[in-house]
Amino acid sequence: MTSKSTSKKPVGVIGAGSFGSAIANILAEKSEVLLYARDSNTVKKIAENKENRGHKLHTNVTPTGDLSYLANSCDVIFPIVPSSAFRSMMQQLSPYLHPYHILIHGTKGLDISLPPGETIDSAPFLTRENIRTMSEVIMDESVVIRVGCLAGPNLAKEMAANHPAATVVASHYKEVIREGEKLLRNDRFQVYGNSDLIGIELAGVLKNIIAIASGALSGLGLGENAKGLLISRGMVEMIHLGKAMGGDVEAFVGLAGIGDLVTTCNSTLSRNFTVGHRLAKGETLDEILADMEEVAEGVNTVRIAKKFIDTAKLRAPITEALHEVLFEGLTVDKALQLLMRYPYNVDIDFL
Amino acid sequence: MPKGNSKDKSYKPILPGTSDWPVVQLSKNRKQFIAKVIEESLVKIKDANPGRQELREELESTLYQEKLRIKQNPWRVDPQDDYKFWEQVKNSLVELATEHEAREKEEDILRKVVSRYAHEIAGNFKKTRYQLTREMVKFGFARLLNATRVKRFGAFFRNEYTLRDKIQITGKAKQLRRLARKGTVVMVPTHFSNLDSILIGWIIHVLGLPAFIYGAGLNLFNIKIFAYFMNSLGAYKVDRRKKNFIYLETLKSYSNLAIQEGAHSLFFPGGTRSRSGEIESSLKLGLLGTAMEAQRSIYMKYPNGEGKKIFIVPVTINYNFVLEAPSLIHEHLERQGAEKYYVESDEYSTSYNMIKFLIKFFTKGSDISVSIGRGMDLLGNYVDDEGNSIDRHGRFINTRDYFTSNGLINADKQREEEYTRRLSQIIVKEYHKINRVFASHLVAFTAFKMWRKQYNKLDLYDFLRLPDEDMVINYDEFKTQFKKARKQVFKLKKQNKVNVAAHLKGSIDDVIRLGIDNVGMYHSKRPLLTDKAGNIITKDLNTLYYYHNRMNGYDLEKYI
Repeated sequence: MTSKSTSKKPVGVIGAGSFGSAIANILAEKSEVLLYARDSNTVKKIAENKENRGHKLHTNVTPTGDLSYLANSCDVIFPIVPSSAFRSMMQQLSPYLHPYHILIHGTKGLDISLPPGETIDSAPFLTRENIRTMSEVIMDESVVIRVGCLAGPNLAKEMAANHPAATVVASHYKEVIREGEKLLRNDRFQVYGNSDLIGIELAGVLKNIIAIASGALSGLGLGENAKGLLISRGMVEMIHLGKAMGGDVEAFVGLAGIGDLVTTCNSTLSRNFTVGHRLAKGETLDEILADMEEVAEGVNTVRIAKKFIDTAKLRAPITEALHEVLFEGLTVDKALQLLMRYPYNVDIDFL
Repeated sequence: MPKGNSKDKSYKPILPGTSDWPVVQLSKNRKQFIAKVIEESLVKIKDANPGRQELREELESTLYQEKLRIKQNPWRVDPQDDYKFWEQVKNSLVELATEHEAREKEEDILRKVVSRYAHEIAGNFKKTRYQLTREMVKFGFARLLNATRVKRFGAFFRNEYTLRDKIQITGKAKQLRRLARKGTVVMVPTHFSNLDSILIGWIIHVLGLPAFIYGAGLNLFNIKIFAYFMNSLGAYKVDRRKKNFIYLETLKSYSNLAIQEGAHSLFFPGGTRSRSGEIESSLKLGLLGTAMEAQRSIYMKYPNGEGKKIFIVPVTINYNFVLEAPSLIHEHLERQGAEKYYVESDEYSTSYNMIKFLIKFFTKGSDISVSIGRGMDLLGNYVDDEGNSIDRHGRFINTRDYFTSNGLINADKQREEEYTRRLSQIIVKEYHKINRVFASHLVAFTAFKMWRKQYNKLDLYDFLRLPDEDMVINYDEFKTQFKKARKQVFKLKKQNKVNVAAHLKGSIDDVIRLGIDNVGMYHSKRPLLTDKAGNIITKDLNTLYYYHNRMNGYDLEKYI
């Protein structure tokens, strides 16, 4: 009975970046899709050419610049905007949302919520309460509580090219997972459910740190041994941090953890990987960010994770070393030497 | 917010005649109502056990548990034919042993069991008895108060002091009255003492509300004087020894249907009295879940919106003294780490002890305050005085929408479980917010933490075993630390994270004095005293630990 009534209502996607567009295309195979873009020129272009950022959009995708129209038309909405713009987007959307809405976001980044006047640099410490995952931002800012997230190895460019892939839909609510599955699943796109929303969000978020590091290694021209070392130690570090932030270990050993980590660490298509790669080639962060078309979430995540590590008195050597490279002028070479001297001794201590 | 002057207000009953009370309607139609409970429970139990052997296994495990209970933990209130009944169930099951397709016969047995449970649970509210009890309590308490406080001939018949002097009601009393008219109220108080149920019963009466139904532990019916009170209020019986699925489903159906009928309800969501003395940090979701289910059923039954809304009202009860403290904390320490089976021990095990306590309570000056929290909908959104749910940004919310999927209200068990879990977390937060800090709580907390810090190398159990004679705190040192703690409490109060009693604001020496005099004042071994030199000492570290726990969860230890 449910499938019949949803097919009448369109599905909403907020954010016409490459991942948002790719998700809109997958959704469009089964439903009418409303795609929100902030920029009116983008809306116009999509409407005229059915094309965005060089990718064709499905004929079922209709662009819009009107959030209230989107919220009134759709029961299920996929917000996919960078974490830095997520909260303000939610604040604009919130007045039009009702408790019957389901929101499944696809943003692998963190938000911080500090007392007025404080910034991440000025705040003396950053506790877990100050760090908000995107699902927490949604619930902070709106009445929607049926919230979920998308995670897993979803390189936008490959999805746009219709290569086979899979995603995790995580939510505390089975109906959200069911809904996500129903809307997204097709012959080339597999959907897995997980009930550890926070764990899955964190897996996707923290993976970006390791992705930058992996890019850096490849930029130095190092081989597969080094990469194997990084991926496995990176995994341990992700789990260490993830547990401290309220996720379960299980989330990290699945598609959204290992699956996404391996993909991103091997892929030149990944933005975070690219940042690391170019850093190793000697460019500065400012130079790199200046000519990147879309946001590399990992950079901001490193900054937040570092402050959290300091506050919670944890050790996370890869994150700490990356922070020095990104923001304190250390070279990638030096950072690597530092890491190799770090006294690791236990291989696995989280299982 | 009224500060202790609530006694000046008098509340008129919100419904003119008791015959309009939902609970009266319920008891009038008791027979039909029980029948409804039985049908509802049967549907649920059958649905949960669709498989071939499942129902039989459910019955067999119930039988096994019940026989064990009868043998190992019999109570005075248990019916005479308990053994006989379960023998019959056993025999019927034995007869089925060779049959493979006996679903129908199994369902017959199930019906008998459910029906027995439903009759056992169902309350027996009697209007006349309720009124009589109410008058007796009022009269008795008033006589006691006046006879002991005003030492003059004839004082016994004066009305200078009333219960209202002893018990302060603060918080959203007016809103509660309005909400009880607009919809169905589910009151969820903290639970520290067996006295709570009587106290809340009295509060409900003072506020002019119709009687609430509530699940009272069957063990309380062991004590005759309690049994009388309970039966005459809207109590239904909850037997915590019975943990089998069939019993629990029947209990839940009872609560669910009663709420749907519009009967205001009272749950102690902590399940049992707090053993540690802490404010509940996790709640039992079973009964709370029935409110969720009832709300969704109402919305389904009334698609046009005329169905009643359910309001959750958290309440904290603040005592200087909990009679059961020594044994509660003993149990807590014993049980910590493992939820072992235990036999409950009750201080009020006889009516005599109970009366002795009441006399002590009324003749000496220990106050109780009851804080009534702001009403919420089932998702934990605050409601205004009209019962409208309001979000954090001040916008109205339609609670119905939470149960809607694709434009239709639907039943989704997993969703409702998740909502219930969420609600329970919000209620716990609310408890901490409306909790009223007494001087006695704060002196206990400060003293315990100071001693604990001195011996922080010891684990808790070794620490509690230290001889009391070693425990002395210099008064001035104590004062310094207490001042810091109090300052922090006031800061939290400003941020709306806790509430404080008016007496906490006096001069620091007075407040400490008041606190020490009142903390656990009727225990034979006092948790805190001052010695001749004015230093702080203890006669019982365990109960001090108990009273100190009340202030857990506010991060005050950082400041001591």
